[in-house]
Amino acid sequence: MKTEVPVAIAFIAGMLMIVSLFSPHPIFAEPAAVMRNWAIIITAFAYVLGVANIARISAGTVRTRGRDWHYKIVLLASLGVMLGIGLSGGIQAGSPFDWGYINVMVPMQATMFSLLAFFIASAAYRAFRARSVEATLLLVTAVIVMLGRVPVGEGLWNGLPAFTEWIMEVPNMAAKRGIMIGAALGAISTGLKMILGLERSYLGSDK
Amino acid sequence: MSASGDKTVDKGGIVHRLSQVDRRVLYVIVLACAMVPLIIGAQVRLSVSPPVKGLYDAVEALPPGSYVYLAADYDPGSLPELYPMNIAFVEHLFSKDVKIIAASLWAPGPPLSQRVFEDIAPRYGKTYGEDYVNLGFKEGREAVMVSVAEDLRATFPEDYFGTPYGDIPMLEGIENLTDVRLIVNVSAGYPGIKEWVQQVATRFPVPIGGGVTAVSGPEMYPYIQSGQLVGLLAGMKGAGEYEQLIEKPGLGLAGMAAQSSVHVAVIVFIILANVFYFIDRRKRS
Repeated sequence: MKTEVPVAIAFIAGMLMIVSLFSPHPIFAEPAAVMRNWAIIITAFAYVLGVANIARISAGTVRTRGRDWHYKIVLLASLGVMLGIGLSGGIQAGSPFDWGYINVMVPMQATMFSLLAFFIASAAYRAFRARSVEATLLLVTAVIVMLGRVPVGEGLWNGLPAFTEWIMEVPNMAAKRGIMIGAALGAISTGLKMILGLERSYLGSDK
Repeated sequence: MSASGDKTVDKGGIVHRLSQVDRRVLYVIVLACAMVPLIIGAQVRLSVSPPVKGLYDAVEALPPGSYVYLAADYDPGSLPELYPMNIAFVEHLFSKDVKIIAASLWAPGPPLSQRVFEDIAPRYGKTYGEDYVNLGFKEGREAVMVSVAEDLRATFPEDYFGTPYGDIPMLEGIENLTDVRLIVNVSAGYPGIKEWVQQVATRFPVPIGGGVTAVSGPEMYPYIQSGQLVGLLAGMKGAGEYEQLIEKPGLGLAGMAAQSSVHVAVIVFIILANVFYFIDRRKRS
């Protein structure tokens, strides 16, 4: 029963969602809508679990003076402060929570993203070598696309942006489409195996 | 002979050392390339790519008073590339007198779109609740996309400020996404534009377009060619092109001057590194 019941639930739920995709009849559409609401609620609870989990792990690290325990204090303090001011003063525009978000989190995350430019430049200098035919092809294409994406490239040759667009629309798309179709077939296969009860790893390792 | 031999070895050493130059030197060069165009206010002119023109044309074709669903699915991590797009979309939609329903599947999204509205709405005389609304964040990813498409009111029973759906004047008569003329998605990743296409474009008769980070751009091209995306802005260049089309130069065009010089720097790095690599390899062999 421990196996059969979950497999039966997965089968019924999976088949219902598939059928509701092809038939708008209320007999399928209404239960499917209810199940989507369940999915939304369950996903929302993942946030609560995530916060509880990170608080538990970080508190344990601080208690045992584990690796980077100082940073865990900052994490817990930030979590507590934002949670406190969010619950007490709301999260709307103009609230203390919003002020903290706009003036602390936004610049910090944007800074982290911007640092990528430096790492990419360093990595390009150190690792991007024409060691083989494939690497040379990649390197030449990358240089063409990079030049074609900025006004300097157009200044060098006014056909470069169009040529870059051709690279994106033909060779790039051929490869992307192949990858996407392969991944989609894999996802369909895995989904069918789960719905039909052939793939049971989601029930636990001993099933 | 010995002097000549030493000289050759020394030359090889210099080349080898140049190929192993301290990364901080590269960082300083990149910083200078990014900062100088911003400080001197360098202006650039971009050629508009077909995917950007496609989205522009889709917005241009919207009649005044129609509705657009603006899905702000991004966070501050991708703000440098996507925020200029969000601004450009709102500018264009307001200039066309189109009503905007904004919402987000990313928790950090609603404050960002609210900030855009507050900066731009006064210039166009737009009022919250009558011309635009921010429905806030809803967790649930693809399930929320389908729910929004089928029943917007049930998915977002109140807006970002806690106002009930029924009390928002502009939402009267808007029940689902078939009541909007276009979905515009500012997408930083998952869940984002790809999922909007997979979950909504194939099942509901609403055109979708949007903007993504430059690194995600190539992945979206199949959806443009298939017509499932009416247009796409990729990275800061896409934002810059769109700003140029709507004649509102902003963060995108300003950033493109900096990005342009950094691109050139990276290309020079790649060429130099390979020249050093081949000289070094020939000397070693």
